[in-house]
Amino acid sequence: MFVGLDVGGTNTDAVLMDGAKLLNKIKVSTTPDVTSGIVSALEQLLVGTDVNSVSSVMLGTTHFTNALLEQKGLSPTAVIRLCMPATQLLPPLVDWPIDLKSAIGGVTYMVSGGHEFDGREISPLDFSELKRVVSDIKKQGIGSVAVTGVFSPVDPIHEQRVGDFFREELPHVDVTLSHENGRVGILERENAAVLNACLRSVGRQSVKSIKEAMFLLGLKADLYLSQNDGTLMDEAFALRLPVLAISSGPTNSMRGAAYLSQQTDCIVVDVGGTTTDVGALVNGFPREASVAVNIAGVRTNFRMPDVQSIALGGGSIVDLEEMTIGPESVAFELKARALIFGGDTMTTTDIAAGAGLISSENSNVMSRIDPDLCEKCLGLIKHDIEELIDRMKLNPEPVPIVLVGGGNVIVPQDLKGASEVSRPEHGEVANAIGAAIAQIGGQVEKVFALEKIGRDQAVEEIKLEATKRAVSAGAQIDTVEVVEVDEIPLTYLPGNVTLIRAKAVGDLDSL
Amino acid sequence: MFRIKGVNGYIEWKGDVLVWLLTEEHLESISIGAGILGTGGGGNPYIGRLRARELIRKHGPVKILDVAELPAESQIICVGGIGAPTVGIEKVRDLQSFSALRAIEEFTGKKATALISNEIGGSNSLEPLIAASLSGLPVVDADGMGRAFPEFQMKTFFVHGASYYPLAVCDEKGNTVVIPEVTSPKWAERLARAATIQMGCVACYAVTPMSVTQVKETAVLSTLSLAYYIGQAVLQARDKQEDPIKGILNAHPGQVLFTGKITDVARRTSEGWARGSVVIEGLDSFSGSEMKIDFQNENLIAYLDEDPVCMVPDLICLVETDRGEPITTELLRYGFRVTVLGFLAPHLWTGEKGLAVVGPRAFGYELDYSPLWKE
Repeated sequence: MFVGLDVGGTNTDAVLMDGAKLLNKIKVSTTPDVTSGIVSALEQLLVGTDVNSVSSVMLGTTHFTNALLEQKGLSPTAVIRLCMPATQLLPPLVDWPIDLKSAIGGVTYMVSGGHEFDGREISPLDFSELKRVVSDIKKQGIGSVAVTGVFSPVDPIHEQRVGDFFREELPHVDVTLSHENGRVGILERENAAVLNACLRSVGRQSVKSIKEAMFLLGLKADLYLSQNDGTLMDEAFALRLPVLAISSGPTNSMRGAAYLSQQTDCIVVDVGGTTTDVGALVNGFPREASVAVNIAGVRTNFRMPDVQSIALGGGSIVDLEEMTIGPESVAFELKARALIFGGDTMTTTDIAAGAGLISSENSNVMSRIDPDLCEKCLGLIKHDIEELIDRMKLNPEPVPIVLVGGGNVIVPQDLKGASEVSRPEHGEVANAIGAAIAQIGGQVEKVFALEKIGRDQAVEEIKLEATKRAVSAGAQIDTVEVVEVDEIPLTYLPGNVTLIRAKAVGDLDSL
Repeated sequence: MFRIKGVNGYIEWKGDVLVWLLTEEHLESISIGAGILGTGGGGNPYIGRLRARELIRKHGPVKILDVAELPAESQIICVGGIGAPTVGIEKVRDLQSFSALRAIEEFTGKKATALISNEIGGSNSLEPLIAASLSGLPVVDADGMGRAFPEFQMKTFFVHGASYYPLAVCDEKGNTVVIPEVTSPKWAERLARAATIQMGCVACYAVTPMSVTQVKETAVLSTLSLAYYIGQAVLQARDKQEDPIKGILNAHPGQVLFTGKITDVARRTSEGWARGSVVIEGLDSFSGSEMKIDFQNENLIAYLDEDPVCMVPDLICLVETDRGEPITTELLRYGFRVTVLGFLAPHLWTGEKGLAVVGPRAFGYELDYSPLWKE
């Protein structure tokens, strides 16, 4: 058996699963200290269950995003760029919010090293220069370093050698290398590496607190964290690359929706209390955003699900005179404030009841809601959702739509552009299910000169590398499958220079 | 036409020369406007804008002046970036344009009085600001394309007789290649491109100085301020929740060629170019019609229900209908709500000599140029 946990801003959801079977589900309010909410969710979830039969706990959390937004517990970080004499006009942290920059210390170095697009060195590494950096870091009491080499996705050797050097000279300092996460685009990749570096201590702290919660409950299971691409990372990996846990929430709901509806290619509409997220699943995984993603005011380009959100949920407040919906929401107070629950506020859930989408015994209230106005209002909701769905599509063909989340009752069944519309059972805890069913993955991106190496060989090489990464992350080797190979030709360059990206996933070894 | 007077922050410099002091606050507008004039090409404007911002913060505002303000004996040097945009986001350009400026000054023995942009479309529009910021030189409010084009020889300067050699190409490591003599602008492109690749693909070049008369006769004038006005119109419309398309057309007369939703994007890469086409299904008054646009880095031809309605060198610009944000060809995607705007090409392109370099036939189409409208 295994446990899926999703710690969101409002709710902590937990599910207990045995293989494909859902045994129990729980929704509790997230607590300010997070841990006590997790403990109470797990306690309720596991009533009457032998804790020894739980082999794994999979956790999706917003904790890392919040740590960045609140600037709490971040490690003082030194940023080292291997680039000289190139790429120095825009130094590390150049476009960071000032307060976040000072929260991590703002210490940066630009030193020799790095590569050209075709793999030549910009300059060789200079270890006497790096020695001076080391003594400076020692003096300043810095706990974490982020190392970024120009074109490290083409050749990571400089980053690796500098990483080894730092680990030797500074054994108590965390080392993050940019090529382990993120792609071509130095400012964005470096930013992601720095975010990771400053989250290392937060990562250790939150792994520690969940382990404590598990210990209190006698759970001896392995711990995994969900990543924003819908795969899991084990504890050791999460301690090294905590930044990958950012934004795993929408991904988990999409994966959970896919699982519950048995769809691998579809559009998922996740209607919460305040917002609706819409994303696309391709081969069972969320499609990634192609543009830069902003995290806590920092521009990054690492893989993130392509999700569009609007301020529309089951608790959105409706003004029938002005015919407007939201953005204000009664959120977690729905059961106290919505008309059909005896409250005084007209919400989208009341509209759904008035239009007959859900039944309500509160007929006294129902008589106060004009059915014509309800129809009109429902038309607005339908239009907004259809618009979002259409924006997520890559072609005009109708696609299956899967509706999940506690607020999905407000969405009518007949949606434009849909080949079918389903609302799977247990959809309200799709996110925790998504965490529970996640696989282990490995992703890699490299630039090849296809004139030299040949396309087939390059693709084979990259597939093998992705498979290796999946296995080293904890996947069972015989279940690993390459799910994505992506080629991006680089324009203006001779020799057919192409960026190739591959992703492999497999089942978790312990399942 | 002296447009600079309308810009906030113009002053008198050296007694009687009117200059626009370009500050950090102007950069957002310019990069939106330059994005629109980039006709789908010109690359990622984020890095260019950040580079200009850093230098302006360090060295103060850049002086922009109208060609009419230039003293008669001025020497005007064109600087620009050359390389691959996909490399430029990883190995970011530094001060190569300043090195190239100094190299060509030294080689020709002529000191620059002012700088000029090679291309107003996309991030290259900001390259002279880098060299200007370091040298203290002013930048002329003009460029050599009035839009974006992919290659060195595609400049109004060279088509209309300004000299294209000697030219200097510099990298960030201190390497300089001076090309003292070439037989055609196309040869300058070939040789500069070859050097650029060896230099690691983010070089800058500077070309032998032009005279004031040459700039007046061969440059597309008032384009930096035009980019600013277009971007300003978009930002103001967003601010007041008005229609950004109307704002753009008020700033720069043009036509709405089409409004709709992207339903298909086909791409292929050949000979180092990002080629392809995009299909847009009509909305509102264009409902029931379809527009197809062919591109090769930049948008080349727009077909309305299979009839070519706008073609190079006229400008075909895609913007997001709601926000007026320019959409470059690499960002085209199904579902985008777009408005296609058409603008007449600067007259320097539409004669026989210009069309031979950038007309439909120069890009492999069996089509004679037919202007968007007759002036």
